[in-house]
Amino acid sequence: MDLSSAPLLSIVLFMPLVGAVIIGFLNRDAKGNARWVALWTTIVTFLVSLIIWIKFDTTAGGFQFMESRSWLDVMQFKLGVDGISMLFVILTTFLMPLCILQSWVVIEDRVKEYMIAFLVLETLMIGVFCALDLVLFYVFFEGGLIPMFLIIGIWGGPRRVYATFKFFLYTLLGSVLMLLAVMAMYWHTGTTDIPTLMTAKFPADMQWWLWFAFFASFAVKLPMWPVHTWLPDAHVEAPTAGSVVLAAILLKMGGYGFLRFSVPMFPLASEQLAPFMFTLSVIAIIYTSLVALVQTDLKKLIAYSSVAHMGFVTLGIFTFSTQGVEGAVFQMLSHGIVSAGLFLCVGVLYDRMHTHEIDVFGGLVNRMPIYAAFFMVFTLANVGLPGTSGFVGEFLTLLAAFKVNTWVAFLATTGVILSAAYSLHVYRRVIYGALVKPALKNIQDLSYREIGILAPLVVLTLYLGVHPSPVLDVTAVSVKKLVAAYEASVRPAPPAAALPVKPSSAARPAPAAPPAP
Amino acid sequence: MQELTAYAPALPEIVLALGAMAILMFGVFRRGEVGADFASGWLAIAILLVAAVLVAQGGGERVVLFDGAFIDDAFSRFAKLLILAGAALVLLMSFDTLARDKLLTAEYAVLLLLATLGMLLMVSAGDLISLFLGLELQSLALYVIAAIDRSKVRSSEAGLKYFVLGSLSSGMLLYGASLIYGFTGSVDFAVIASVAQGQPAAQNIGLIVGLVFLLVGLAFKVAAVPFHMWTPDVYEGSPTPVTAFFAAAPKLAAMALLVRTLITGFPGIAAQWQQIVVFLSIASMLLGAFAAIGQSNVKRLMAYSSIGHIGYALIGVAANSEAGTQSVLVYLAIYLAMTIGTFACILSMRSKVGAVEDIESLSGLAKTNLPMAFVLAMLLFSMAGIPPLAGFFAKFYVFAAAMKAGLYALAVVGVLASVVAAYYYLRVVKIMFFDDARQAFLPVERGAGIVMAVTGAFVLLFVLLPAPLVDAALTAARSLQTATAQ
Repeated sequence: MDLSSAPLLSIVLFMPLVGAVIIGFLNRDAKGNARWVALWTTIVTFLVSLIIWIKFDTTAGGFQFMESRSWLDVMQFKLGVDGISMLFVILTTFLMPLCILQSWVVIEDRVKEYMIAFLVLETLMIGVFCALDLVLFYVFFEGGLIPMFLIIGIWGGPRRVYATFKFFLYTLLGSVLMLLAVMAMYWHTGTTDIPTLMTAKFPADMQWWLWFAFFASFAVKLPMWPVHTWLPDAHVEAPTAGSVVLAAILLKMGGYGFLRFSVPMFPLASEQLAPFMFTLSVIAIIYTSLVALVQTDLKKLIAYSSVAHMGFVTLGIFTFSTQGVEGAVFQMLSHGIVSAGLFLCVGVLYDRMHTHEIDVFGGLVNRMPIYAAFFMVFTLANVGLPGTSGFVGEFLTLLAAFKVNTWVAFLATTGVILSAAYSLHVYRRVIYGALVKPALKNIQDLSYREIGILAPLVVLTLYLGVHPSPVLDVTAVSVKKLVAAYEASVRPAPPAAALPVKPSSAARPAPAAPPAP
Repeated sequence: MQELTAYAPALPEIVLALGAMAILMFGVFRRGEVGADFASGWLAIAILLVAAVLVAQGGGERVVLFDGAFIDDAFSRFAKLLILAGAALVLLMSFDTLARDKLLTAEYAVLLLLATLGMLLMVSAGDLISLFLGLELQSLALYVIAAIDRSKVRSSEAGLKYFVLGSLSSGMLLYGASLIYGFTGSVDFAVIASVAQGQPAAQNIGLIVGLVFLLVGLAFKVAAVPFHMWTPDVYEGSPTPVTAFFAAAPKLAAMALLVRTLITGFPGIAAQWQQIVVFLSIASMLLGAFAAIGQSNVKRLMAYSSIGHIGYALIGVAANSEAGTQSVLVYLAIYLAMTIGTFACILSMRSKVGAVEDIESLSGLAKTNLPMAFVLAMLLFSMAGIPPLAGFFAKFYVFAAAMKAGLYALAVVGVLASVVAAYYYLRVVKIMFFDDARQAFLPVERGAGIVMAVTGAFVLLFVLLPAPLVDAALTAARSLQTATAQ
């Protein structure tokens, strides 16, 4: 079979769904069968997605592995990945087997439905990142709410009903406003094709409305301050694997949305609203870090820390420089790995003590040294210590921000100090000290399964920290293209009449026309 | 006298009328025989299917019969197919329930067929007289069916309420029609449109007042706010199979009638009736969103939910364009599937003491009957308009039509209302999936089970093949627009 002509993206996209259908036919009581089918499905999906990485041409800036099938007048089935989205697809397929493995012994009730929900969610998440049609993107984007609603609501913690309703309705509210913008764009240009829309020039005032409508959706998803309040509740109450998926992948859809839609399609509005975005990002970084300092629940602390890290992402994107955008993308990927690791670590503790209150723990290093080491790596990566992947993204975004606005960069950098404060503080309280609490006297260190889940994440964190080029090389050309297109839209070349000399006989490209007022 | 074959487009109606009379005779002569009740039910379904096949066979040109009173075009064929399919599905799923309550008599089948006949006439109406004719035929049959369970006071109350309020609205409608006739000199839509065309609105005051009364009557029939008051009580009081029928086919027919009347009959004063329809739409969407939140009876919840859905469909009417009409038809088709499916699930809510209508009784359904819970969850998410289910595409098309027509405020109110409405759909999903199991229901019966599976598959798999329905709706909408241009 000729691999280059096989529809790899469709295979990666639909394989989890096929797995979910297979599990649907299995016997309810054969829990092991459901688990193994889910595991194999996610592993095979990951391997096929690796083929995409291997065959990805890092020198080409456009979309690759494109597939297109006509479907409806308002929606085409069009898939494709560029340097930015390909990595998110890989992140998704990489984390899903780990999530399935984590749930292996933890979930005993309604295992079949659990695996089906996760596999359906995986398909929808991959679809978000590789959809090249605006309505198709929206279908995947909002469709993911259904499995997540069920995952949090059925297998979650004590306040899961409140948390899942908040998550669903909050996100839905933002998304429906984006839907209206999608329709407006369709009627204005006659197409829902994303590559075409990236070059369509919308009138400046229309761009403002569209930008705000898309902002409503992505700001809630990312989440940005002040619409972040759904996140702590959702994270705390979700089951461990649900929190991992939520933090590592679902949040990235917001950042991806800004990169794929807000900046390329509405460049004028983005330029004018960049100070607004900077303000919100800085407030997010500082405020949520301060809130994280006073948390008593481990998961809530990591949730607020996620909001803070996403602040760096928006900061980097709206500097509109290659460094900033690359930093933002790297930060998203690194945070995906690190927060997955952190939530899995918390999950390890929850499996043993059935709580994630910080006060319950203390002195764990005495009985769980391997766990302490793994947790340390993730904590330091969360802080952004050089040598871990967390550093690269933060450094690049802060560098780019410094060139644009030194005050913004200064304030954002204080966020790094604050993240060190809350991360190390909680690490000390949980891990270090003497083991005095009687409930912890018999706590077990990591099992082989848990080491198997955490080890790949640790390796990746350290490897990307010292050798970030696998990621940066893949994104480089796409990011350059994005920034160049933005520059061309915002700072057009002078019109032909202004040229002082006649064009030479050598072929010269015509100057870009100024954008419509 | 014209050739009899010229009446071929009216064959479905003729079949229904003759079929109703045949079943009536059958019922008279076979009363009391074993299996006679089921036989009349199956006969009715067979007649509905024959009529549907006849409708599907017709194609091509727009045919006007009976001096403009009866129009057969792509629009009426689309609506008729949906109505007939809806009626057949509702009857199929209600067999067991009706038989258990001893309601499955020949009279029931006859009334159902006559109501359907009225609906078909409404959809094909080309002038005010045939509009009223079809409307009254349908309404009178429905009034009787609402009260058909003579052993229950609730049912008689529902029928009486429906009858009194329905007669009042029919009276208003007739008054409006008479005003329109007075000021334009004709009852035919085409003639009315040409008379109103080109005259400034100030000269058309009589026409506008007449249209307002006409709209009041029609708004009552579709249960648009503020003419919706009858809906929760009548839905709750009627036997559930009857409620299922109310929520499905008559709404569809009345909406199709509304669209045809407004677009072909009154294009000249579109700016005026658009305002009225926008108001009806916003009020219906908001009431449908907020009023259902506190409901504990599932049939009342469905009543408010259907009011909300009609509000969304009215957005497409307000758009007054080809895209708008297409969106209304797509919305009604998908609404039909969702409503029938949900009522099939409601019919299956039976415990040892009898039918239960409490939403709380659905607690833990995911543990006791996962397939039914799954289908109901899909239908609920679809009604909330969440992709990739069919309801999303229905909402997409109406909002897109509104955006195209420049009705931005209406679209924004619509999406916000759908977020609020999502809350109570989610609440039912929460009760089914997150809560502990209560006593399990009795097993799902065959007819209801088939309908559940069919509608559940439709809303889930519509995303894979949406083009046929959407294209058919576009053809139907185009045929209506060309009628206006003629």
